[in-house]
Amino acid sequence: MTLLAAYAVPRLVHMSPVDAVIVAFYFVLVLAIGFYLKEKAKTGEDFFMAGREMSAWIAGLSFLSANLGALELMGWASSAYQYGILATHWYWIGAIPAMLFLGLVMMPFYYISKTHSVPGYLKLRFGESSRALSAVSFAFMTVLMSGINMYSMALVMKVVLGWDIHFSIWVSSLTVAIYVAAGGLRSAIFNEVLQFILIWAGALLIPILGLTEAGGWDKLKLQIAQNASVEYTHLWSTLGSFDKNPMGIHWTGIVFGLGFVISFGYWTTDFLVVQRVLAAKDLRSAKMAPIIGAAFKMLVPFIVILPGLLGLALLPVKLVPESVAVVNGGHSYNEVLPLMLARYCGPGLLGLGITALIAGFMSGMAGNVSAFTTVWTYDIYRALIKKDATDQHYVTMGRWCTVLGVLISVGTAYLVMSFASIMDYVQALFSFFVAPLFGTVLLGMLWKRATGPGGFWGLFAGTLSSIGMWIWVKVDPKALSYVALSSSAKGMAENMYRALWSWIVCVLVTVLVSYMTAPKPESELNGLVYGATTIPHEEQVPLYHRPIFWAVVVALAFFVFNILVW
Amino acid sequence: MRAWDISIWFFIGVALLVNGILITGAGVWEIFHPPENPVVLFQLHASIWWGAALLIFGLIYCIRFAPRRHS
Repeated sequence: MTLLAAYAVPRLVHMSPVDAVIVAFYFVLVLAIGFYLKEKAKTGEDFFMAGREMSAWIAGLSFLSANLGALELMGWASSAYQYGILATHWYWIGAIPAMLFLGLVMMPFYYISKTHSVPGYLKLRFGESSRALSAVSFAFMTVLMSGINMYSMALVMKVVLGWDIHFSIWVSSLTVAIYVAAGGLRSAIFNEVLQFILIWAGALLIPILGLTEAGGWDKLKLQIAQNASVEYTHLWSTLGSFDKNPMGIHWTGIVFGLGFVISFGYWTTDFLVVQRVLAAKDLRSAKMAPIIGAAFKMLVPFIVILPGLLGLALLPVKLVPESVAVVNGGHSYNEVLPLMLARYCGPGLLGLGITALIAGFMSGMAGNVSAFTTVWTYDIYRALIKKDATDQHYVTMGRWCTVLGVLISVGTAYLVMSFASIMDYVQALFSFFVAPLFGTVLLGMLWKRATGPGGFWGLFAGTLSSIGMWIWVKVDPKALSYVALSSSAKGMAENMYRALWSWIVCVLVTVLVSYMTAPKPESELNGLVYGATTIPHEEQVPLYHRPIFWAVVVALAFFVFNILVW
Repeated sequence: MRAWDISIWFFIGVALLVNGILITGAGVWEIFHPPENPVVLFQLHASIWWGAALLIFGLIYCIRFAPRRHS
C-alpha cells in the first residue's frame, strides 16, 4: 500500500513496467551474488579481506566503484551545471596523481606489512594510540556518512520517481545488509564490480545522445558560451584570479589543496577505498589496481560532468538553486542528471538509468559498511575489548556488526530527516580527519625518524587545527580571508585551504615531536618504511606487465586531457 | 565433492544479457506502438542499438565465463 500510495506523489520521470522489471532484476541479482558467496566467507581472512585473492581488475574496479556513489554522479553533474567544466578537477587533478602515487609508492608498504586496515598500519608504525584515534574517528564518521548518503538518496528517489522515503531507505539498506553480512568483503567487491558496469551501461548513453543533439563538442561550447559564459568550458585558463571563474577559486587551491592534500588524503588513506586494494591477490595486482582505477576515473567526467554541461546547453528550462526551487517551484541544479535521463531514455533505457543510480548508491553504502565492519572488529573490538577470541567469533561479530552498522546508518538517516542542518556539520566533521591522516601515514611510510608519539600528536594537532579553523570562520566570517587567502573565496575553496593548513600543522608537529622522542630501531621498521623495507623487484616481468609502465600511460593521458580543455 | 565455481564476470554477463533483451524488446515494441510523447532523438531508436550492444556483450561474457564444476 505504501508503494502504491507513493505513486500519487509528483515525480520527474514515470517508469513503465519494463523499467520496473529491470530495477527488480537488479535487486534479485545482487542478493543472489551475496547468497552464492556466503559459503566462501568462513574465516576472518575470507570475510574481512575477501581471502586476499582479487585480481588487479576486480580490485581496481571495486576501488573506483566504492567511490562512485549516486550522490557523486548527481552531485557533480549538478556542479558542472553550476560551475562548468571546473568540476572536472575533482576527477582529474583531484584523483589521478593520488591514485598513481598510492599504486606505485604507498601500496607496497600497505601490502607487505599485511595490515588489514589503515588504522592497522598506524598500529604497526606508530603504536596503539594512533590506531585508536584513527579507528574510532573513522568508524564513527563512516556510519554517519552512510546514513546521510542514504537519506539523500531516498530524497532523490522521491523527487525523481515519487518513491516513499521510508520505502527507499529500508529496501536499499536491508538489501546491502543482507549481501554484505552473507558474503563479507568479497560480496561487497563483486557487487561493486557489477554496479560499476551497470553505472556505465546506464549513464553512457546520455553524453552520446547529448553530443549528437548538440552537434558535437565545438557547437556545445558555443551554446554554453551563449547560455552562461565562455569561462564555463575552460579548466585552467581562468584560475589566475579568485573572481575570474564561476567557482571563486585560485589555481593554488586546486593544485595544493585539492590536488595534493585532499585528494592524496582521501585516495591513499581513506580505508573505504584502500580496503579494496588490500584484498588483491599479490603485490603486482595491488599496485596495478589503483592504476586501473585511475584510468577509469579519468573517464568518469564523460558520464558525470558532460551531462551537466549538456544540460546547461540543451535543457529548455533554466535550473535554479535548491532553495529557490523549493520556494518558487521549478527544477533545481541537482535534478540535471535525471532530467537528461528523462530527455533521452524511453522505456527500458530509463529503467537501466534508474538502476545505475540505485547501483551507485548501494556500492557506496556497501563500501562504508564493509569498511566500518573491519575497522570495528579488528581495530576496536579485538584491539580494545576482546583480544583473544577465536577467528570464528570475529567473523560472527563481523556479520552482526554489518547489520548494526546499517541500522545505525538508518537511524542517522532519520535523524537528518528531522534536523537537516546536521548534514552540513557531519560532512565538515568528516573532512577534519582526512588531511592530517594523510600527513601521518605519509611520514610514517617515507621517514624512518618519525616516532610513535610524533605520529599521534601530529594527527591530533592536525585534526584540532582543522576543527579550530572551521569554528573560526563560522564565528567570524571575516576569518575566511585568512584561512582561504581571499574574502571572495567560496565554500569549496575554504575546504581546500583548511585541508592544506591542517596537513602542514600535522607534518610540523610530527617532525617536531619525533625529534624530541626516541626513534624505533630500524629492525622494527622492516615492511613499514621506505629505506627499511626490501621491495620485490619486477625485472623478470615484460614491460607491458609492469605497474610503472601503465602509470606512465595514464599520466600522459592525464596531461593530454587537461591540455585539450585548458 | 564437486561445487560450482561462478566468476563475477558471469554475473555481469547475465546482467547485461537480461537488460539487453528487455531494452531491445522495449525498443522494438516502440517501433510498432510509437509513444504519444517520444523522447528527444526518438528517431535514432537508441533502445534498439544500445540494448543490442548490451545483449551481445552479455552473451559473450555468459559463454566465456560460464560456471564450471571443480573438485
